[in-house]
Formats: sequence, structure tokens, C-alpha cells
Amino acid sequence: MVTRGFTGRRPPQPEAERLPPGQYLTEDFPVLQLGPTPKIDLARWRFTLREGSKPLKSWTWAEFEALPRTRWKGDIHCVTKWSKFDTAWEGVTIDDLMTAAGIAAPTPYLLAEGYDDYTTNVPVADLTGAKAMVATRYAGEPIPPDHGGPARLLVPHLYFWKSAKWVKGLRFTQKDEAGFWELRGYHMYGDPWREQRFTGD
Amino acid sequence: MPTWQDATITAVAPETKRVRRLTLAVGWSRPFRAGQHVDVRLTAPDGYQAQRSYSIASSPTTLGTIDLLIERLDDGEVSGFFSDVAEPGDTIELRGPIGGAFVWDPAMGGPLLLVGGGSGVVPLLSMLRHRAEAAPGVPALLLSSAGTFEDVIARDELIRRDAEEPGFRLMLNLTRAPGGRRIDAGRIGEALAGLGVPAHTFVCGGNPFVSAVSDLLVEAGIPPRTIRTERFGG
Repeated sequence: MVTRGFTGRRPPQPEAERLPPGQYLTEDFPVLQLGPTPKIDLARWRFTLREGSKPLKSWTWAEFEALPRTRWKGDIHCVTKWSKFDTAWEGVTIDDLMTAAGIAAPTPYLLAEGYDDYTTNVPVADLTGAKAMVATRYAGEPIPPDHGGPARLLVPHLYFWKSAKWVKGLRFTQKDEAGFWELRGYHMYGDPWREQRFTGD
Repeated sequence: MPTWQDATITAVAPETKRVRRLTLAVGWSRPFRAGQHVDVRLTAPDGYQAQRSYSIASSPTTLGTIDLLIERLDDGEVSGFFSDVAEPGDTIELRGPIGGAFVWDPAMGGPLLLVGGGSGVVPLLSMLRHRAEAAPGVPALLLSSAGTFEDVIARDELIRRDAEEPGFRLMLNLTRAPGGRRIDAGRIGEALAGLGVPAHTFVCGGNPFVSAVSDLLVEAGIPPRTIRTERFGG
């Protein structure tokens, strides 16, 4: 349905090709979160892999910083419709985390858990194969608290609500369990290129 | 989950110099929740589309229509359309209501602390309007920050509510008026002294506003898990 009098402002072609449907480009780095930015003390910070409630492996900040590091640069897409190009992150890939823990994924699904009690579900297959990391640096600097520092999940091929801020661990689950937003009508998978914003999209 | 539907604009009116009120007819089968938003989609003749999200300003008790208060942004692709082009009788696409975290229902009770920066007051207006109709006994305080007195969204209504509704207090914070300042610990302290410890706090505005205010609220001792934030910008 054509909207009377709407002409729109089309992005230039190279930009348009990099924008998933319904997205627009921003030069800012908007902040989206449920509540206040939590205060996290690095001396007490832990990152823990769990299977259900059972801890499999836990790292302190110093231990985590000593893990092999990977850099990734590319585009991120928020379900609130902004996309940001060429963002530069550094952190530990999920593959390297699993290797360091000496485990294989015990189940095909997990929930990422944040220090703010936020959760979001991601299939393990979408985290392995260098597709995701626990990032601790953005644009060469420690990630600012408003952007999820000291550590956040980075799953750039899915809408950015899957990239949990202030991440404190990954909890493997037997089935694909809905996280915070997924319980509130957002899509279980969240592929921006298929515009999977909400349940049923 | 909501699918795209046609929604006809039934009324438009200026709210402030930069903000326009649009009333849209919606055929929703059940009421939305105060604080929720809608996605709108505009389509150009060649098929190009643009989408944006806007909070609902009206009360959920108003059935059949919703009000959006849309601020004109410089070079705003979509806000420009709503500010300059849209007229009653026009039809756009819309889906909603959306959002399940930044919401207040009368059953949640209070005290209720609402802090809005600029057009961030819009979802808070929906909560206040709902409260007045459905739960007038719930104590509520709105701290609304704007540039000048003329920029305050729903100003006359809020001043009237402050005068008429025993449980509601309005605090205006003007940043560009003479002697104006940003919201600081003093303002937050004043709000809390008037309200008591809020059971629920909602903060909405631009990124820097929400970051600064939510830090101040936590420093003032409000439990972080009782604070919900919503930000725009970008």
C-alpha cells in the first residue's frame, strides 16, 4: 500500500545492500536495555558455562583476559531498526571458550545470562564456527558499561538483543527455551535478513 | 503476534512547536498496556519502505484509537512525513501493540516514579492517563525535563492533573530556561522526598538523559530491578 505523499530517503546503493529489510543506518551507537547499567566489579566478575544449574567451567577476569583473542569487524542490526556498519570488536570466540573449558557443547541450545538477570536464547550452532564471541573490547578500548562492558555476547548475524550485555555466562538447555524478550513476543531466532522481529515473522 | 494492518489517521493537532499529535484508528481486539509502542511503516510509490517505532500516548481505556506524539527530527525521513504531510483520512501501515517490559498496569500499584526527557514523556503520559482513570489512589510523580516551558509536552494537561489529582505531582525541569539545569541528584532527592520510595520507576528519553538519570536513581538508593528504561535516538 503506497502512503500518500511519502517519498522517503533512499540510502545510496552500497549502503542499501548492507541494510536488512526495515533497517536504517545510524552513525551513533544507540543504547537499548531494560533498566539501569549495572555496576560490575572486575575483582568479582565471573564468566561461567553451565549445563542446567550445574557449573561446567568458570573464569575470573584475569583468566578470561588470558584466553586466545579474536577480532571481528562488521555490521550490527538492532530490532528497533537501526543498523551500524563496520563495528570493531575483540574478545574470545565461543569455540575458544569451549576448547579452554575442555568440553563439547552438551546440548544444542543455550541461554546467555546477564548480570542484570537478562536472558536470551541462541542455538549453539549459531555461536560456534567463529560466528560469535564474548567481547571485551570495542573499537580498541574496553567496552563502555552502557554498551555492555566489561563483557558482552556478540552474535552479529542475529538481531542485537541476542548479543546480551554484561554477560555472566552461558547456560546449556535441553530445548530451545525463550529468554526475556522471546517470552514477550520477540522472535525465537531473530534473523535480520529474514526480518524475524516478532513471533510469527 | 501483531501483523501489519492499515490504520487511518482520524485527527492531527499541534502539541508543541516540534511535536504533532496524530490520532489513528486501530482495530485491536484487546487493550494495549500503558508504555507500549507501535511500529509504523510507510511505502513510497516505487515500493521503498521505511519503518519506525513510536510510543502510544493515549490511555488504554480509550478503545478504537491511539494517539502518537511525533517529534519532528532534523532531516527526519519518517517524522518529517508525520509533521508536514500526514492529514486526517490518510492511511498508513501499523503493527502493535509491542513491548512487555516498559509497561505499567494498575494492578502493579505504586508509588510510581516517572522521569521523562523531551518526547520521552510520551509513554509516561499513557501511564498517567491510565492511572487517573483506573487507579487514582496510586501515588505518582512525573519529573518531566524539557528545554523551555513551551517545549513541555501535554503541559496544560499535566498542570491541571497536578492541581486536581490528589495522588499526582508534577515536577518540571527546564534545562534552557533562565536558571535551568539538567536533572541532578538534588532534583531526584526532591522527587523522592515528595513520593517516598517508588515501587516502580520508568525513565524514558534520549540515550544520555536515560543513562544519567538511571545512574542518579541507583545512587539515590532505588533498587535497580525496579527501574525500567526506554531510550530513543540513533
